[in-house]
Amino acid sequence: MILRSDLKVIADLVPAGARVLDIGCGDGALLAELRATKGVDGRGIELSGANVAAAVARGLAVVQGDADADLADYPGGGFDVAILSDTLQAMRDPAAVLANMVRIARQAIVSFPNFGHWRVRLALLATGRMPVTAALPAPWHATPNIHLCTIADFADLAAGLGLTIEAAVYLCGAREVRFALNWRADQAVFVLTRGT
Amino acid sequence: MPDISPDYRLHLPQPFTLASGAVLPALEIGYATYGTLDAARSNAVLVCHALTGNQHVAGVDPRTGKPGWWTRMVGPGKPIDPARHFVVCANVLGGCSGTTGPTSRDPATGAAYGMGFPVITIRDMVTAQAALIDHFGIDTLAVVGGSMGGMQALDWAVAFPERVRAVVAIATAARHSAQNIAFHEVGRQAIMADPAWAGGAYPPGTQPSAGLSVARMAAHITYLSEAGLTEKFGRRLQDRDAVSFGFDADFQVESYLRHQGLSFTERFDANSYLYITRAMDYFDLAAPFDGRLAAAFAGTRARFAVVSFTSDWLYPTAESRRIVHALNAAGAAVSFVELDSPFGHDAFLLDAPNLNRVVDGFLQASV
Repeated sequence: MILRSDLKVIADLVPAGARVLDIGCGDGALLAELRATKGVDGRGIELSGANVAAAVARGLAVVQGDADADLADYPGGGFDVAILSDTLQAMRDPAAVLANMVRIARQAIVSFPNFGHWRVRLALLATGRMPVTAALPAPWHATPNIHLCTIADFADLAAGLGLTIEAAVYLCGAREVRFALNWRADQAVFVLTRGT
Repeated sequence: MPDISPDYRLHLPQPFTLASGAVLPALEIGYATYGTLDAARSNAVLVCHALTGNQHVAGVDPRTGKPGWWTRMVGPGKPIDPARHFVVCANVLGGCSGTTGPTSRDPATGAAYGMGFPVITIRDMVTAQAALIDHFGIDTLAVVGGSMGGMQALDWAVAFPERVRAVVAIATAARHSAQNIAFHEVGRQAIMADPAWAGGAYPPGTQPSAGLSVARMAAHITYLSEAGLTEKFGRRLQDRDAVSFGFDADFQVESYLRHQGLSFTERFDANSYLYITRAMDYFDLAAPFDGRLAAAFAGTRARFAVVSFTSDWLYPTAESRRIVHALNAAGAAVSFVELDSPFGHDAFLLDAPNLNRVVDGFLQASV
């Protein structure tokens, strides 16, 4: 199975046999991979009915719902890992979603497109218009990504919420980036826990 | 040519105690099975029927000569497939298709129970099904149902948490709402207002047809959606070019409902209708748990698939979400999807490829 590059990173970060909640799980590609390779006990939440039908048809336990509204109903500590891949920027209340993730699970793994990437900065500087890139293909008025942030913004929010960053992987395409991160990474994956 | 659905009877001579405390001196269960129980007795799927259904879920109904009521879901090549599953479907307690109900003979009087039949609950229906499942020596199983069948499927997981591996609950609710009860009460009052009802003691072979027919008409409206009715009938007239300035069935929708009502009286018993609607009204899974639905599911080991339809206003998506929230809170493995359909509550009985896909995938992973 071919996984999106951030999903590959996330899959590597999930411990074997973990209880996993994938928030915005799409058609269940990541959960199916984690079930096959890591033997996880996986659950998903997904907004699109067609995606849920596809995930359930794969034998996955996926609930159609809206993470902004539904995460509050999950009991605390029910999962080892909560995953939010490429979805944070579409949440109405990203801070509440992150807080719920570390309440529901011991560990939160979050991937998001970096709005601080040099192409985005250059596009805005040069054209004076909201950037349209491979990672952010929709025009500003049609994008589901209503809360875009940079890597630095995200780190600020995590600190503000009292979260501990346990690990971070920075990607440009499929390659890992190791310096000038907020300029060169077009995606980031963070592993967070509740601060002590 | 599909096979005739078998019409079996199981006679259980021992007394059967009901949730109300009343005792039936014996129990007869009318049921059908399809497929073969495997050596490990692990491939059983119990299908629970809705209010006016019967045990003939697949094949050809031997009484009507028409296809069983859910041949879209159960049968060769379908998600519930006799080639893989041992499919069991039983007429519910209180029914009129072979299982003990108000039309059965009361051994104390020698006549039909009529209104002497004790009031039953969904739990009583489930307990009776469990007796049948025990008869087959089946330990664990999957339970599938829509509407009232979904209530039974959910109640199975609560009543027998250690026996249920998988539950499919479609277009259903964990309790009857005030509106659900209200519509049922209209139907019951229509039956009881028919002089032919005679306090429930109408002679065998007769029916309070006018009352039962009105009950069915009112209920049938709740199974459809406004958009569905508009699309199917609009304001179109029945076999005429202008309204008659009378009370004939001028409109197609009137003619359709009258036909639905009348044909129903040929296949269903009025007293059974009273008793089964009562059982549905009494249904509230959370009631014994101080209203906490999650507590009802606390001991479950089952996987759940909950499905609702966008245009179902009888058991709307909000009721399914309530079930899903409770299952999540109980830590159960639950899947939920709201499927698009313009056909209202009846959508689960109609051609719904997405429903089949979901049930198929879920059962492949569960049974």
